[in-house]
Amino acid sequence: MSQENILLDVQHLKTYFPIRGGVMRKAVGHVHAVEDVSFQIREQETFGLVGESGCGKSTTGRSILRLIEPTGGQVLFDGTDLCTLSREQLRLKRRDMQLIFQDPYASLNPRMTVHKLLEEPLLTHFHLSPKEREEQIQWIAQAVGITAEHLERYPHQFSGGQRQRIAIARALICKPRFVVADEPVSALDVSIQSQILNLLMGLQQDLKLSYLFISHDLNVVRHISNRVGVMYLGRLVETGSTEDVYRNPLHPYTKALLSAIPKRDPSEEKERIHLEGDVPSPADPPSGCAFHDRCPHCMGICKEQPPQTRELEPGHRVACHLYNP
Amino acid sequence: MDHLLEMRNLSIDLYRGRRTPPVKLVEGIDLNIDKKQNFGIVGESGCGKSITCSSIMGLLSFPLSVGAGSSIRFQRENGTDTELLSLPKKQMQQLRGKEISMIFQEPMTALDPMYTIEDQIVESLRFHTDLSRSAMREAALEMLRKVKIPRAEEILKEYPHHLSGGMLQRVMIAIALINNPRLLIADEPTTALDVTIQAQILDLMNELRESYDTSVIMITHDLGVIAETCEQVAVFYAGQVVEQASVDDIFHHTAHPYTSGLLRSVTSLGGEQKELYTIRGTVPTAGQFSSGCRFADRCEHCTARCREAVPPLTEVAPGHQCRCWLHASGAEKEAAR
Repeated sequence: MSQENILLDVQHLKTYFPIRGGVMRKAVGHVHAVEDVSFQIREQETFGLVGESGCGKSTTGRSILRLIEPTGGQVLFDGTDLCTLSREQLRLKRRDMQLIFQDPYASLNPRMTVHKLLEEPLLTHFHLSPKEREEQIQWIAQAVGITAEHLERYPHQFSGGQRQRIAIARALICKPRFVVADEPVSALDVSIQSQILNLLMGLQQDLKLSYLFISHDLNVVRHISNRVGVMYLGRLVETGSTEDVYRNPLHPYTKALLSAIPKRDPSEEKERIHLEGDVPSPADPPSGCAFHDRCPHCMGICKEQPPQTRELEPGHRVACHLYNP
Repeated sequence: MDHLLEMRNLSIDLYRGRRTPPVKLVEGIDLNIDKKQNFGIVGESGCGKSITCSSIMGLLSFPLSVGAGSSIRFQRENGTDTELLSLPKKQMQQLRGKEISMIFQEPMTALDPMYTIEDQIVESLRFHTDLSRSAMREAALEMLRKVKIPRAEEILKEYPHHLSGGMLQRVMIAIALINNPRLLIADEPTTALDVTIQAQILDLMNELRESYDTSVIMITHDLGVIAETCEQVAVFYAGQVVEQASVDDIFHHTAHPYTSGLLRSVTSLGGEQKELYTIRGTVPTAGQFSSGCRFADRCEHCTARCREAVPPLTEVAPGHQCRCWLHASGAEKEAAR
């Protein structure tokens, strides 16, 4: 991987949430929501983050933007460490980094018209004349497929897919370089999902965007991502190009996850790897490898030592003792 | 009656006040559910799939009501046919949870947080049987083991908030099956769950269906779940059945443009194409359906006739029905497609 076109470099990111108890509300423990996560995103690339609910993928996305303060690690955005910036410096940087939320029913203020919703980021981040703002609004509305008459309406007058278009327009109106898309199509129907995915891919081309695409839907992630990271219990267990991870999954968890996708066709034969039990609590993760109590290949060492992340093929990294040299 | 359940010309009205006529949310639904059959109902949100099944259980409440001319006949345990829609309330209660039971989408909200798991399983036994307290407890324990809940004895004493979503869905299944129903309605049973848990639950349901000889109506928006579990499928669109066939025909000999659009817009694992296929536009709202085919505005094959008259549900192959003008007039059009 060449160094010059890396836009975002996340190094050993950790986010812990305190569990408070007792009369003094002292921290009695920590939820290890994100535990030592490292990955890079290049310019104009889509990095997909998959995992089951509660695995820390959304927290990772938000920690990168510092919407949740990370506990440790570095987030280098275009060379600057976001974690050390002051509030004001961070505010200026936010122009370049935006977030699209999962639920377009909750993320748009019901008392603002679409026009006002789109104008708000411009007022926050730029000093533009009303005429310039109007031009920007018209441009983005056209880009995401909102007509001029829609601009005077309120969010409740739109369907889920249309609202997600508005949310996307709001994120992209400041022309960011990096967008965290947190489950942007999960709340939508199948026929609408594909419209939004096509829109996101088209806008990426036009505006030269990089995406961190967070989703639990493995098919969607495969479709949109160049590279994929698989998370389990706050840890990144496998990263690699989409092709490598889906065709040749290395980590036992990735294998089980991929085998659990419902088949596309009733005649398809599929061997399913069954995982026993549920994901353990991130407040009290198992010792050694976090996956060892559900892993079909668990060995003695897995219970004692957390595995190191190794690069087995160029760009394909996995954290599992099975691949120890 | 050959079938376990026969639904004829079902319509559901939405009351809008004395002066305005009611809106028909679903219309002209004919379904046959056979014994031991796994029947899938697939459609997008708002297409009427859930209220159709609620009407079987008699769970529609104001402002919804079953329209005139509808009929749902059900074959009882004692061999008699019963018209469910005209069944008195008391008798419906006898049937509900005993001969027909239901699993809901969100196990977290469907269970009562104030009662232990044992109370909630035993409740339906207490209502429908006259077992002793200890026998009911024993039955509940055995049922929990059948749905493969570990530490079943301890789980009985716990409250819903102690358990994960996957575990709660197993409890829901245990409650639904404890009276050995003839028909189980599963309304999006895995939508709220993760993929690995979804796979566990679907496999469990397939297994239990075999051992209990229960017919299942599986309501879902996910064609993958249909492919995984069902034998016969009905595709709903805007309150109508647009296609009905065996699961193989739905996937391999797709007739209706909506079904094929759905199948093509699913992001597939083998997906090499960069641009996804999309069905343009959005689902029309109930009450604003056009006078012709309800899919016409979004259809690639739309003709003038589609906008004028509602296409009938016609048989395109034995056991394969489709509501589309493309297939209504015989073989030439079929070839042109």
